[in-house]
Amino acid sequence: MRWLRRNVIVIAGLATLAYLILPNVVVMVFSFNKPNGRFNYSWQRFSTDAWKDPCGVADMCGSLSLSLQIAAWATVGATVLGTMIAFALVRYRFRARGAINSLIFLPMAMPEVVMAASLLTLFLNLGAQLGFWTILIAHIMFCLSFVVTAVKARVMSMDPRLEEAARDLYAGPVQTFVRVTLPIAAPGIVAGALLAFALSFDDFIITNFNAGSTVTFPMFVWGSAQRGTPVQINVIGTAMFVIAVVVVVAGQLAANRRANSAKA
Amino acid sequence: MSALTEAPPAADLPVRKASVRKRLVPYWLLVPGLLWLIVFFALPLVYQASTSVQTGTLEKGFQVTWHFQTYWDAFKEYYPQFVRSLLYAGTATVLCLLLGYPLAYLIAFKAGRWRNVILVLVIAPFFTSFLIRTLAWKTILADGGPVVHALNSLHVLDVTSWLGFTEGDRVLATPMAVVCGLTYNFLPFMILPLYTSLERIDSRLHEAAGDLYATPATTFRKVTFPLSMPGVVSGTLLTFIPASGDYVNAELLGSTDQKMVGNVIQSQFLRVLDYPTAAALSFILMAIVLVMVTVYIRRAGTEDLV
Repeated sequence: MRWLRRNVIVIAGLATLAYLILPNVVVMVFSFNKPNGRFNYSWQRFSTDAWKDPCGVADMCGSLSLSLQIAAWATVGATVLGTMIAFALVRYRFRARGAINSLIFLPMAMPEVVMAASLLTLFLNLGAQLGFWTILIAHIMFCLSFVVTAVKARVMSMDPRLEEAARDLYAGPVQTFVRVTLPIAAPGIVAGALLAFALSFDDFIITNFNAGSTVTFPMFVWGSAQRGTPVQINVIGTAMFVIAVVVVVAGQLAANRRANSAKA
Repeated sequence: MSALTEAPPAADLPVRKASVRKRLVPYWLLVPGLLWLIVFFALPLVYQASTSVQTGTLEKGFQVTWHFQTYWDAFKEYYPQFVRSLLYAGTATVLCLLLGYPLAYLIAFKAGRWRNVILVLVIAPFFTSFLIRTLAWKTILADGGPVVHALNSLHVLDVTSWLGFTEGDRVLATPMAVVCGLTYNFLPFMILPLYTSLERIDSRLHEAAGDLYATPATTFRKVTFPLSMPGVVSGTLLTFIPASGDYVNAELLGSTDQKMVGNVIQSQFLRVLDYPTAAALSFILMAIVLVMVTVYIRRAGTEDLV
């Protein structure tokens, strides 16, 4: 009983963790299911059919590659524009700072459906053709603020004396930026870029409004919830999950080894 | 002597030119990104404002007639969905805080060398599309499935259906399923800011509280929780704002009785094509959320969220 009381936080925390992980486990298990009928919601029997033929569903892999392309371009766009803004905000003084800060904060403080609907109003009024470009424009727009926030935090905590030291050692402004400033800011920029990629790749609501008849991967999943969910969706979900976890763990191990060798 | 201290007038000009160029640097850095936000975020809101006061039909086109009646009509017709959205989003936010706090605390103070592993596990669900994970809840909460069976034999469902959260033997297509989905989807957005603010707390403060004869409960109430307030504020905002406009969970896990305002905006915009009503609804939602967020931030006293 005393043990229980002492560890109540650990137990509650682990229960929450289980709640968070459970759906991923279900997705993984059901990627080996062989459903009767069109929907993959109840367990029938074990099968590896879907894993042997991951692109066996019409249009799914096409939508996946479209989503990856959009996410890649949106990441590049949002990271470049956002990093520029972050540097300007931290390093320089100028007028209308409050207004600029709220313009960056507001997209994060607005329900996505509001942005989605108003952007569609703009595109309809301009007579724009909905598709790849309107999705890309929208994704850069909502990723931008998150990149600014991530990069800003890093640049703000930078020691300005390092750059002064570089300049004292006769480095030009460009050299100082490339050799000193950028490497120090890099973790913030990478974090912002990863966040932008994840947000863009998984975005549904804004894409749903501004895609026209173009189908990204989340749009495909949404449609399949109405038409019938192929097992291959779970295969893609599981594969993405495993790849991402492996990349994160490998990165962590590499960082640990570097830290250890630096110590030795 | 004076000729030396005074700068020659000819050299003055390039210096000033350079400083003008230097002064323009921040604007060159800002303009492209800000222009993007102005054209694709701010301007659309203006267009939407104009659409919301237009009347007309899809065939003949819409004209601005300052028809503010649309707002009143839209609110009158869809206020149950508004109330439901705020109720569901509010409940999900409270549940996220209650569930997320112990886990954030565990990662910050008790996990030791497991810290990074647990952090990866918290972020890991993001790597699978949230729509796929929300569909997984359909399996988990399926009628006659293990979860429903367990809740039934513990008589939990009797209580929840008496309270109106569930209906009979079902969890799917009830408010409980939608709130459960919302809570699940936005939980990491609560845990991560909580963890960040808890992790910053100096552990010597805990020791000091203990030395001054505070019980663990008092230490938590007087030291830990107040110091984690910035995380609580940004976590609740990051949960409540997206949850209030969400329509995915209500669509996939609920029935027509659980439709939220996001569902109405989506169907008015993409299926019914009644643009003025959709625009008005979206503006009302925006106004409600912004007012609530502003009041909340003022009262919680944290302005440095950006």
